[in-house]
Amino acid sequence: MIYFAQWKVWLIAAVIVLGVVFALPNAFPAKSVEGLPNWVPSRQLNLGLDLQGGSHLLLEVETEALVRERLENLVDAVRQTLRRDQIGYTGLGAAGRQVTLKLRDLPQLDKARDLLRGLATPIAGVGAQLGAILGGGGPDIEVETAPDGTITLKLTEAAVLEARRKAIQQSIEIVRRRIDETGVREPTIQQQGAERILVQLPGLDDPDRVKRLLGRTAKMVFRLVDATVSVEEARAGRLPPGSDLLDSTENDSAGRPLQYVVRKQVMVSGESLVDAQPSFDQRTNEPVVSFRFDSVGAKRFGEVTQQNVGRPFAIVLDGKVISAPVIREPILGGSGQISGRFTVQGANDLAVLLRAGALPAPLKIIEERTVGPELGSDSIRAGTIAAFVAVIAVIAFMFLSYGPFAATANIALAVNMVLLAAAMTLLQATLTLPGIAGIVLTVGMAVDANVLIFERIREEVRAGKTPFNAVEAGYKRAFVTILDSNLTTVIAAILLYQFGSGPVRGFAVTLTIGIIASMFTAITLSRLMLVSWMRWARPTTIAI
Amino acid sequence: MAFRLRLVPTKTKIRFTRFRTLAVSISSMLNAAAIVLVFTVGLNFGVDFAGGLMIDVKTPKPADLGVMRTALGELNLGEVALQEFGASDNVLIRIEASATDEAAREKILIQVRDALNKAVGPGVVERRVEFVGPKVSGELIEGSAIALILAMIAIAVYVWFRFEWQFGIGGVIALLHDAITTIGLFAVTGMEFNLTTVAAVLTIIGFSINDTVVIYDRIRENMRKYKVMPIDELIDLSINETLSRTVMTVSTVVLTLLALLVFGGEVIRGFAIAMLWGAFVGTYSSIYVAAPILVYGGLKVRGREGADGDQAGAKPATP
Repeated sequence: MIYFAQWKVWLIAAVIVLGVVFALPNAFPAKSVEGLPNWVPSRQLNLGLDLQGGSHLLLEVETEALVRERLENLVDAVRQTLRRDQIGYTGLGAAGRQVTLKLRDLPQLDKARDLLRGLATPIAGVGAQLGAILGGGGPDIEVETAPDGTITLKLTEAAVLEARRKAIQQSIEIVRRRIDETGVREPTIQQQGAERILVQLPGLDDPDRVKRLLGRTAKMVFRLVDATVSVEEARAGRLPPGSDLLDSTENDSAGRPLQYVVRKQVMVSGESLVDAQPSFDQRTNEPVVSFRFDSVGAKRFGEVTQQNVGRPFAIVLDGKVISAPVIREPILGGSGQISGRFTVQGANDLAVLLRAGALPAPLKIIEERTVGPELGSDSIRAGTIAAFVAVIAVIAFMFLSYGPFAATANIALAVNMVLLAAAMTLLQATLTLPGIAGIVLTVGMAVDANVLIFERIREEVRAGKTPFNAVEAGYKRAFVTILDSNLTTVIAAILLYQFGSGPVRGFAVTLTIGIIASMFTAITLSRLMLVSWMRWARPTTIAI
Repeated sequence: MAFRLRLVPTKTKIRFTRFRTLAVSISSMLNAAAIVLVFTVGLNFGVDFAGGLMIDVKTPKPADLGVMRTALGELNLGEVALQEFGASDNVLIRIEASATDEAAREKILIQVRDALNKAVGPGVVERRVEFVGPKVSGELIEGSAIALILAMIAIAVYVWFRFEWQFGIGGVIALLHDAITTIGLFAVTGMEFNLTTVAAVLTIIGFSINDTVVIYDRIRENMRKYKVMPIDELIDLSINETLSRTVMTVSTVVLTLLALLVFGGEVIRGFAIAMLWGAFVGTYSSIYVAAPILVYGGLKVRGREGADGDQAGAKPATP
């Protein structure tokens, strides 16, 4: 006999009530929900960036730049060490992940090796453990000698891993600080893989500004200008070994960047800055950036400026000279200003960058997906209309095909949508445009379970069963089919989630939840409704 | 009896398996053509897979593609493709990957913006910007291929586990058929092939196997019920018995897809078209590919009972 345990009825009712309660906040504007007391469920659907507008950026830390920097420092250190101990060498240079040189004097090989081993620093942290597993561990460079006097200093794998790990952690922190400065609400910044950072910025007014801020390393150093050679001489190849020829951010009359010969030695670096603010020069009214050093930086800056009054120094940002003023008097107060023909926006950006600190290595934007707010709201509107039309069309079609019986399937469909909204809200899953497509598709597929049941009941009726037996058998037989056919779709959806990215994942989520909800409503709710009706009406025939 | 819309008569006796040679030949040719087309004509890969920069702009007046093309051509960015997108004031600009490595991307975006504002006048709105670097696009291709292959394997294993190995093979051949012809459709029409398309193919696979499983389920049930019926007759009977349901479900899915196609907006259109195609192809393949293949697979009716009784979830035979 058709029988529904009382607790089952209550359970079904409870699921539906909870579904309505959790789905309901979505029916109201976000503002009106905010004022509700805490115990009232007020969470709303989490809209994807493609619906609310915003930027999705995938950044990659350039590990090779880290390696290069470490090797350059190593070359300098090797030069200084060997010069101090007066050991002759040739062909000192860095390539790949190692530094090589050749000794002039073979008997000094052992001594040189021991000296150079002293340049290694122990690796700390996770990298060391990794290194130990890999069989290395300990120092960050390995020094090897060949009988012909060649010495190679090789950066170990563990050292590179550790450097990368540290770089990505620092970068995340600095990216967060830079983004916070722009006032974006609720940014998502998280590590992805070993060398990537995923940044998601909802509702962005000026995506270009964020990209500009993230695309710069912002390493600032103060260096003295080398006045011993002219720029022309340096261009011709007579560059002193302790100096660099650097481009300026300003162009000459021909449109080429101006150049400066700048000493390699750093007077003070940007790490010593404690504050930077955009302001205006009191005399020229030009936008400038005022800065302040910490006590160590201030002392050092004071000393250097005292010794070099009358000479120019260069303010170098990411390898480019932004300005090269002449030191008129010693700057002892530890503060100053940078003028570099900035726009107001440019001064603002630089101040933000200096406050947030320099990135340990350049970050590359390797993927960007930005959606303007206009397209986002267009998509929401189009998706909502499509979903409504789909629901109405399916409901009408079901009535045409199954008459009054379709009511159970159609009510189940409505409940299905509510449960889907509730589950999405509870899980805080992200609704994307493909996700809306998934919902629309779910509408079509959700009735499938009921169709299977109705068709089965039809067959059983034709086979001469009584209405009660036909309904009972219909549900029982259709159940296995529903399970098998829906689980295969869920398998495809789960794989889509696993390997898909961004918005496509949203599609997998709505499809999976929708299918599970439809299985639930078809085998519990619509069955309960049909059985209750039959117990009440006691039909002798059913015209399904 | 009250009015009921019946797309399929109550009792049909179509000899589906009689056409199996014809169906298999047509399907094979269709698949071969699709594969040849993919390798000769090729697919119009979107930025997801080809890499590069895509900008979706809205112009203040109906866009003059010629003027915009000239303006952007002067920038020497390599291949620049322009295409109207749904409305006359909506244009998709695609800039090929070689011109847009990570470093140049920002500069190009600014150049394009300036050139457009000069050519079309101020008020050009960027609705969407998508940039995919070469490394990421490679990973997306890899991820998509893995997802498709794993989905097929997982489904085959599931069907094999729940039915018999012949069913698993039949199901997977039908799925391959659906996936290949759908990808072929993209080669023929030149519609953009992107991540959303892969999502569509995966959904088509899911939908098609759903259909196939319903028919297989009935075949399994009938194999226990009619122990002496020849296999081709039994398959025909099973398809006919489930035909009404098959048509109903395809109809509801097609209804919703039409709603998506007409009202869902331009961004989702390619997806809706792919899915519509998939709904028909998936249904065809369930009836004409997945089921008849069981005949070739040497599936025998007798002596099944013991084996099937052990299958999880299998219901006892009806008297």
